[in-house]
This record gives sequence, structure tokens and C-alpha cells, in this order.
Amino acid sequence: MATYSTNEFKGGLKIMLDNDPCSIIENEFVKPGKGQAFNRVRIRNLKTGRVIERTFKSGENVEAADVMETDMQYLYNDGEFWHFMDPDSYEQVGAGSAAVADASKWLKEQDSCLVTLWNGDPISVTPPNFVMLAVAETDPGVRGDTSGGGGKPATLETGAVVRVPLFIDIGEVIKVDTRTGAYVGRAKD
Amino acid sequence: MPKTDLPIKGADWRPGASTEVLRLRAELLARIRDWFRSQDVLEVDTPVLSHYAATEPAIEPFQTGFCGPGSPHGQRLYLHTSPEYFMKRLLAAGSGPVYQVSHVFRNGELGRRHNPEFSMLEWYRPGMDYLTLMDEVDTMLATILDGLVDYRSAQRLGYRQWWLEHTGLDPWTDEVSAFRDFAERELGPAPAGMQHAGLEPWLDLLVSHWLEPRLPSGAVFIHDYPPGQAALARLRTDGELQVAERFELYIDGMEVANGFQELTDAGEQSERLEQDNRTRAAAGDSSLPVDPLFLNALVAGMPDTAGVALGLERLIMYAGALDDIDSAMPFSFSRA
Repeated sequence: MATYSTNEFKGGLKIMLDNDPCSIIENEFVKPGKGQAFNRVRIRNLKTGRVIERTFKSGENVEAADVMETDMQYLYNDGEFWHFMDPDSYEQVGAGSAAVADASKWLKEQDSCLVTLWNGDPISVTPPNFVMLAVAETDPGVRGDTSGGGGKPATLETGAVVRVPLFIDIGEVIKVDTRTGAYVGRAKD
Repeated sequence: MPKTDLPIKGADWRPGASTEVLRLRAELLARIRDWFRSQDVLEVDTPVLSHYAATEPAIEPFQTGFCGPGSPHGQRLYLHTSPEYFMKRLLAAGSGPVYQVSHVFRNGELGRRHNPEFSMLEWYRPGMDYLTLMDEVDTMLATILDGLVDYRSAQRLGYRQWWLEHTGLDPWTDEVSAFRDFAERELGPAPAGMQHAGLEPWLDLLVSHWLEPRLPSGAVFIHDYPPGQAALARLRTDGELQVAERFELYIDGMEVANGFQELTDAGEQSERLEQDNRTRAAAGDSSLPVDPLFLNALVAGMPDTAGVALGLERLIMYAGALDDIDSAMPFSFSRA
């Protein structure tokens, strides 16, 4: 079992906590002048995304989490699993809804995503920062209105709903920032 | 042409402290020296390099070695973690009140408020008791910080009262399990490394994670510690309880100074140093050579004395409203 000492703690280090893989966000050294030293860390549970604080006695060893973040191509959804492929090895993994979570509404076949693997199994999926998606449904476009003011909801081909300018029509491909869910512009083709 | 591409990447040569902070640091040092001169306290300068080390269980000295005349195979030396033993030898030799500002070294301590090398202002007042020394610390700070920061006279709070108010726990009478339960309830699962911890690590955990964050802003003296937290403080008996005559000064929740009514009894001191080494061995740390020169000075007789050590960078952090020790010194660890 690989372990890390608290002296190896730094942002991004992956450790096991309460049987879940976690990533250290922030590590602070705390010590009363004449007393025991501690490491107080802010840590993200990679399965749930929850951020918690936890204290370790300095010098303590903590189990390392076998976590790998890798770019994979999204292939298809079989109704239960979202399938991804390593573009180098062609190896495929199936991610369940708990791992894909909110990313599902941005996933378009062939797009490259960041997949977090724990012991080889996907536990979270991060879509690309920007995706190009076709508008599946929205109110008819208002020609000539390029102001973008106001806007209207549009449902995209993947099911995501974003606010778009009034001039956007069904069938148009738009660029969206997946981190904020904001419309960025029309796709240039 | 030089072989190295200049400038070398990733090597930040610049100081961590701004020029303004360097001036603040120099101003504080000048005022400290003025103040002690005005009080007839003698400035001394004792060795950083010593054959012996302080044995305190939670303070780790750096080790180095001497090779040269008389030591063909080298001999182990330590960088001091505090000038305490040397200054007490001066007191035993009749120096009268002494102070010094020295660099001290503590292995393993690195963080926002810690640097393995830092400056300590330490002073000893023969004939003064620790409660009066608390007044003196307060007066000294008010004097040297005048016009730099709005320092208000420190409040006082007994260690026991501090615990009772914020936790309902009594460090003198409650079981270890009560502290453990409180920590687990309020702070989450206990650190795995504390499965078999005695009382002291739990006190340290709750002081640093629960009590210090609840200190009022401004300066507060916490005084009269439980015997297990005595370090080199004298013990007295209050009714049924043994009380260590020790104080800590916090400013805005940050530990700034630690003072004692100094233990002068050589026999008891010797026993505590041995006990420190037993504690170190139990924790898997190496024991350290007990300083016979220091013990002999106590045998010869050190006057009743109160003493205090104050972290200079912490004071600069307060006076300069800095939140990282790196910006309070010219070159902190990562720049040294």
C-alpha cells in the first residue's frame, strides 16, 4: 500500500480518506510553540465533489489514492453507461451516472473529456471547457436582431438548456462555456 | 559564453519582505534596543552552535558537526532552538537582567506562521515574578508599537477559564476521552496518529483548532497552565491543583510570546529533561544529550527569575498587517 507522509502534502495530491479518493486543495501547518504539530487540510472528495476540512498529526502517514486524470474520447451512451476511449491505447471504460453527473448534458460523441480514474474505474468526468452543440429547440429566430440583449432559452442536442441571443435559430451550432453554462458565440464554420 | 542560460528559471532572487517591511523591522529592532537600555537590561549574544540541545519533546533541533582540532572524527553539534540555557547560565553567573535578539532554528516547522529559522527576542528578569513580567511585556509592546499600530493593553484570561468557557472541559480534572469526544464532535474524525495519544496532544489540537480561533482580537495573555504544559515553568500548588506558572501572549489570535516563572530547582529540572527524553523515545524521536553545563548552573544557583521569549517575525506580521511570515523577513526558507 503506497502512503504519503504529511510532509508530502501539497495541492493536488491524491489520498484516501474515509475510504474515498480525495484531492488536497490546501495544506496548512499549524503548531503551538511548545506543542504538537498538525497539518490542517482542505480536501475534495473526488467521488462526491464535496470539500471538507480535516486535521492530521504532522508526520502521520496516509494511504495514497491511485487516481489518474486522463483525456478520453466520449463514444456513446448505452442507456446505463457512458463509454469513453483512451485515444492512445483504444482501451474503453464505462462511466455510470454517479461519475458523469452534470457533465452528461454537455457530452457529444467524439468530444474529448477529462476522465478521473480511481483504481482504473471512472469516478468523475469533466467536459471540455468549450463545446460546439446544435440547437434542437428554441423560439423562432428574430432576424436582424444581433444585439444579443434579452435572449431566450434554447435546448441543445445533448439536452442542456442555455440562454441564447434572440437571433439564434434551430439547427444552428453554438459555442458554450461548460463551466458557466454561458453562450459564447455562433460556431464559425 | 557562459554555459548557463541566464536568468535561471524558477530561482526567484528577490526578498520576500518589501522595503517598507524591512524599514519596519529595523525600526522595531531599534526601539526594542532603546527600550531595554532604558530599563537597564543588558544585551547579550550567546552561541547559536552548541554541544547540547533543548530536550523539549515537540521542538526538533537541527544537527550539524565539528571536525577539527581535538575532534579528528567529528563531533555532533546542535543549532539552538532558543538561547534559554545559555541565558540562564549568565543569570547564575550574576549577570542581572539580560535580553537578546537571536536567530533560532527549529527543524520541521514551515508554514504561513512558521519558518525553520526565525528571530527570537528573549529576556530574563531576576527578582521579578511572571505576573509582573506580563505587565512589562504589555508596556514594552505599547512603547515600541506606538505610532505604528493601534496596540491596546492586553486582557488576561486563566487557561482553565479559557477552556471552561469555550468547551466546558477542565484540563485538570477531565479524562482524556472527554477531550477526544469533544474534538471528534466539533472537528470531525480524530487524526489517525492520535489513536493512543495522551492528554497533551489533545490539548494542543483543541488549543490550535478550537480555542485560538475563538480568542478576541487584540492582545490576550493566557496564564496558569496545567502541569503537563509546564515546559520550564515552576509549579505551584493551588488548593488541590498543581499550576504551572506560565503565560502565552496572543495578538489577534496569533501566538506571539511565551513566558515562565523559571524553574530554578536543579533536581526537578534534571528530572524534567529526562522525562522529555522518555517522551521523545515513546514518540519514536531520538533522545537528546542533557546539558550538564545548564544543570550545573542551576546547582550553583540561579536567582528567582521570570523570563519570556517573543517571536520577532510574528510581531512584525502584526505591526505590518502581514498574513505570511515570508513577507516579514528578508529571505524565508524557500528563498534562503
